[in-house]
Amino acid sequence: MPNQIPIQEGLFTWPAQQPQLIASRCRDCGELTFPQQASCPSCTGREAEPVRLGRRGTLWTWTVQHFPPPVPPYAGPAERERFEPFGVGYVELPDGIRVEGRLTESDPERLRIGMQMELVIEKFMDDAEGNELMTFAFRPVEGGR
Amino acid sequence: MARDIAIIGIGLHPFGRHEGVSAMQLGVEAANLALRDAGVEWRQVHFACAGALEVTQPDSIIKFLGLTGIPFTSIFNGCATGGSLLLNASHCINAGSGDLGIAIGFDKHPRGAFSVGDDMAGLGLGQWYGQTGLAVNPQFFAMKTRRYMHDHGISAECLTRVAVKNFKNGSLNPRAWRRKALEAEEIDASPMVCDPLRQYHFCSPSEGAAAVVLCRAELAHRYTSRPIYLRADVFRTRLYGSFETMSPSNPAKDVPSPTVQASQAAYEAAGLGPDEIDVAQLQDTEAGHEIMHMAENGFCKDGEQEALIRAGATEIGGRLPINTDGGLMANGEPIGASGLRQVYEVCLQLRGEAGARQVPGGPKAGYTHVYGFPGVSCVTILST
Repeated sequence: MPNQIPIQEGLFTWPAQQPQLIASRCRDCGELTFPQQASCPSCTGREAEPVRLGRRGTLWTWTVQHFPPPVPPYAGPAERERFEPFGVGYVELPDGIRVEGRLTESDPERLRIGMQMELVIEKFMDDAEGNELMTFAFRPVEGGR
Repeated sequence: MARDIAIIGIGLHPFGRHEGVSAMQLGVEAANLALRDAGVEWRQVHFACAGALEVTQPDSIIKFLGLTGIPFTSIFNGCATGGSLLLNASHCINAGSGDLGIAIGFDKHPRGAFSVGDDMAGLGLGQWYGQTGLAVNPQFFAMKTRRYMHDHGISAECLTRVAVKNFKNGSLNPRAWRRKALEAEEIDASPMVCDPLRQYHFCSPSEGAAAVVLCRAELAHRYTSRPIYLRADVFRTRLYGSFETMSPSNPAKDVPSPTVQASQAAYEAAGLGPDEIDVAQLQDTEAGHEIMHMAENGFCKDGEQEALIRAGATEIGGRLPINTDGGLMANGEPIGASGLRQVYEVCLQLRGEAGARQVPGGPKAGYTHVYGFPGVSCVTILST
C-alpha cells in the first residue's frame, strides 16, 4: 500500500475515516475562511482559529474543465491524449461557507445546482518518491436530491 | 466630476497578432497616433503614464517618444489598467502636476488561455490550488455565469446572441481583429471550454495598444473643436464576499461585485444616470459577463437581459448599443490596452466618426467598464 499524503498539509484532516476540511473562524466576527489563515478578510481581525467544516452540502454552481489547464501550475495529465475533463464546483456547506473543489462527476447531465454533495479525499497524483498525493473533492450523494 | 478634464486626442494600434513587433512598439504607434489626433508634439506633454502586463517596465517607452524629463508613471491593475491610467492622468491634472498628459496602454500575450503563472504564492494561494487545476480563470467565468443563468432565467441562446452581436460589430470595424460575422450555429458548434461557455463565447488574449491625450478642460479649445469630457472615472476593488476568480472559498452570502460600487460612484460623480448613456463598452471576457455586466452597471434589472437582447436593444441602433467595436470578443484582450480601447471607441462614437458602426442619433454620453482579477473594476463616463 503506497503512502497516502495530503497534497498540502492543513487543508483537511488526514488520515481519517470521516475526513473534514479545515477552515479558520475569526474570533471577532465569526466568519469562516478556507483554507485557514491567521487573519480575517472580513473584519480585518488578527485572531482566527482552525475549525473543521461539515462534510455535506449543496452544489451552488459548477462547470466542467474541458481543456488542459496551463502547465505549470497544473500538475495533472495535460497531454491531449491523457487529459480527462473534470468537474469543478462550489459546494455550500451548512457552516455558512461555499468551498471550491474538484468534483468526482464530470458529466454535465449528472450535475445540477442544488444537488447534495459530500466531501471525499482522493488520489490526485504520485509524487517522485512514490507517495500518493491526496486532494479533496466533492461527490454527489447517492440517492441525494 | 464636472467638465474638468478633456480628451483631445486618441490613438489605437489595431488589436490582433503582430509578428515581430514588440508590445512597446505597438505602444509607440498608438501614442504617436493620439498625439497627431490632438495636434500636439511630444515636447508639449507635461506627464505620461503607461501600463502593460507583459512588459518589464512600461515607462521605458519614453526613449522612443523623447527624453524630455517629464514624470512618467507605470501602472498595472490587471484588466482595470486602462481605467487606472486615465484616472492617474486626471488626478495629475487636478493636482496641478501639469496641464496636458498622455495615457498609453499596450500588451502582447502568448496564444492560448491566460496563465496565472506557475507560482501560486504570488496570488496569495497554496500551490495545491494550481496543481489540482483550479487556478483557471475561465472556470470562474463559467461558474458565475451558470449561477446567474439559474437565478435569473437566462438561456444558453442568450449567451450565443451576445457573441453573434459582438462578432457582427467586429465585422463592421476595420480595426477589429476578428472581422468575420459568425452565425449562431457556428458559435454553438464551437468546442465547449467550461460549461456552459464555448470557445466563441470567449475573448482571446491578443496584442495591441491604445493611447489617450488629456488636458485641463479650459485649454481644450486650443487643440480641438470637439473635446470629449471625462465626467467620471472610478476604480474599485472587491468587498468581502464578492464572488471572484481564484477564490478557494467564499461566504454563503451574495455581495455585489466591485463593478457595482464603481458604477454607482461613477453615475454620482458624472451627475448622469444609466438612462442618459447612449453607448456603452462593457467587459465581455465572455458572453455571460456581458449579460451580467448590463445589470451590474445599472442598465437593466437582473433577468431583464433575456428579453432586451432578444429584442436587439444592445445592437447598434438599439436602445443601448453595447460593445460597438466588437468588444473583447472581436478585438481580443491585450490587458494593458483593453480599457483604453473602450475609451477610444466611445470617443469615436461621440465624435460621430465610427463609420459603418456609428450609433445613430448623435450620441452624447458614453460609458466604459473593465473588470477582472483579483476583483477590480473601473468605470468611466464620457460626454460631449
